Amino acid sequence: MNATALLIKQLADQYGRSRNNLLPILQGVVEQEKYLSEASMIEIARELDIPASDVFGTATFYSFLEHKKMGRYIIRVCKTITCSMKGKNQILLAIQDMLKIGVGETTSDGLFSLLQTNCLGFCHKAPTMLINNEVYTELTPEKVRTILSEYMAQSREGGTNGN
Amino acid sequence: METNYQLKRADFIFKNENDWKDVLNKSIHRSPKELINELISSELKGRGGAGFPTGLKWKLSAEVDSDVKYVICNADEGEPGTFKDREILSLVPFKVLTAMAICGYVVGATEGYIYLRGEYFFLKPELTKAINEFSAYCQEINLKFSIRIFMGSGAYICGEETALFESMEGKRGEPRNKPPYPALSGYMNKPTVINNVETLAHTYTIFKYGAKRFYDLGVQYSRGTKLFSVSGDTPKPGIYELELGMSLADFVNDFGDGDTKAVQVGGASGFLVPRKRFAETTIGYQGKLVGISLPTGGSMMLFNSSRSMYNVLDNYLEFFREESCGQCTPCRVGCQQLWRGIKAVKSGEKKAQYLDKLLKLAETMQWTAKCGLGQSVGNSFSSIVENFREEMIY
Repeated sequence: MNATALLIKQLADQYGRSRNNLLPILQGVVEQEKYLSEASMIEIARELDIPASDVFGTATFYSFLEHKKMGRYIIRVCKTITCSMKGKNQILLAIQDMLKIGVGETTSDGLFSLLQTNCLGFCHKAPTMLINNEVYTELTPEKVRTILSEYMAQSREGGTNGN
Repeated sequence: METNYQLKRADFIFKNENDWKDVLNKSIHRSPKELINELISSELKGRGGAGFPTGLKWKLSAEVDSDVKYVICNADEGEPGTFKDREILSLVPFKVLTAMAICGYVVGATEGYIYLRGEYFFLKPELTKAINEFSAYCQEINLKFSIRIFMGSGAYICGEETALFESMEGKRGEPRNKPPYPALSGYMNKPTVINNVETLAHTYTIFKYGAKRFYDLGVQYSRGTKLFSVSGDTPKPGIYELELGMSLADFVNDFGDGDTKAVQVGGASGFLVPRKRFAETTIGYQGKLVGISLPTGGSMMLFNSSRSMYNVLDNYLEFFREESCGQCTPCRVGCQQLWRGIKAVKSGEKKAQYLDKLLKLAETMQWTAKCGLGQSVGNSFSSIVENFREEMIY
């Protein structure tokens, strides 16, 4: 049994195998692997004994359940109105300039993916972004560079494999 | 723009959480009927934005005969410009948990869920700690009620109650037809009370102080206080608890930067009010008040004269076309067409009169879309296009 199948079995044991446990299981896989591969969706379908098309249908509905290979750190920059008014574009430019990737792309070392997202609920502290589950508010290009440098340093210390 | 009315600040929600055990004990020793009447006489209405009377919601669910019922706290706070629920859950979680347990006692439910939006994942550890402490106390006093967190995954539409149930059942977050309403058939087709985080926090205030204290605040049809999430062009963005019924002019006097051009009340799905209508607009639920009364989930976004209303509308429509679940045609196609339409007018590809066609489309969506999302796209669209037509064209 490969690592993904084992993870899915563990998650199914933890949450249960009925349909209403599908979302926590999908989230569990994304938490570990950052995205849902076709193989993992088929494996989840088998484990829960439901059609794979149902798993695919549910998974692709939610914007936080990626089904394309993602980097270890997923950056989501808020693009909704207040963040947009308060300099979201400068933030995006700073990230793109530093990581040399565009929106929707992943760095070649597999460390960062850059995405835009809808309202993060921090409009009073705009502009904002999420890196995985961590929120960063009242951003400036300088602040963004510092934050990303920290992530880079951290990953160098911890090695590039695993979390 | 001066009126006699002053903004009335209040401080209930974020205060006095420490007596939750007293409030819980006091409440579960009263009869469910008494508690429902307390809520009904407070005239508390849902604080998520729709404004359904909370007491009535509980009453309907309590009257249904079923062995299994659910209490759900809707923490899928996704409306652009709203951020109060996060603050409540991080500062006074026990108020919400207590209110959920009291609700469970009233309607006869033993299971509660908090549907927390994926963006707020960072709240989960602290909230779980609070739930554990709360559950331990429930066991101590022999109250059978469990609370679990269900995480969302980044879909705005899941804040719509029936889409939320679908999501919890492991499906795409596509709203259901109503009726049946959740009070009869909600999560797992069982009777379900689903309340916004803030609504639950207000019931705590009501059970603690009695209905009168709450009813005496606000104005007719809009009783009590409300949390407002203030953002945009303002020197003091943040969360403020104010009495309902205030005039928008007073609000702008207090929160504007002296150059306020328009205020978006109720987020992207709400209405844009231009400067000339500030004085006649009040914030509260629809009633027989003079002038326009706007209900709101509490999102107040201010725009000053440096902002282009075209860009604002473009941003909203991009939001809606991404967040529409795609289930019903008026919303799926309508959101795309409105978005493409304003771009075509702006670029000169379409004549200015095309805006009238788009307004008609927005009205059609209001009548034909299946759920609140599609029905309310027209609110911001029409109020912006009608008031700032020139900015859409040139």
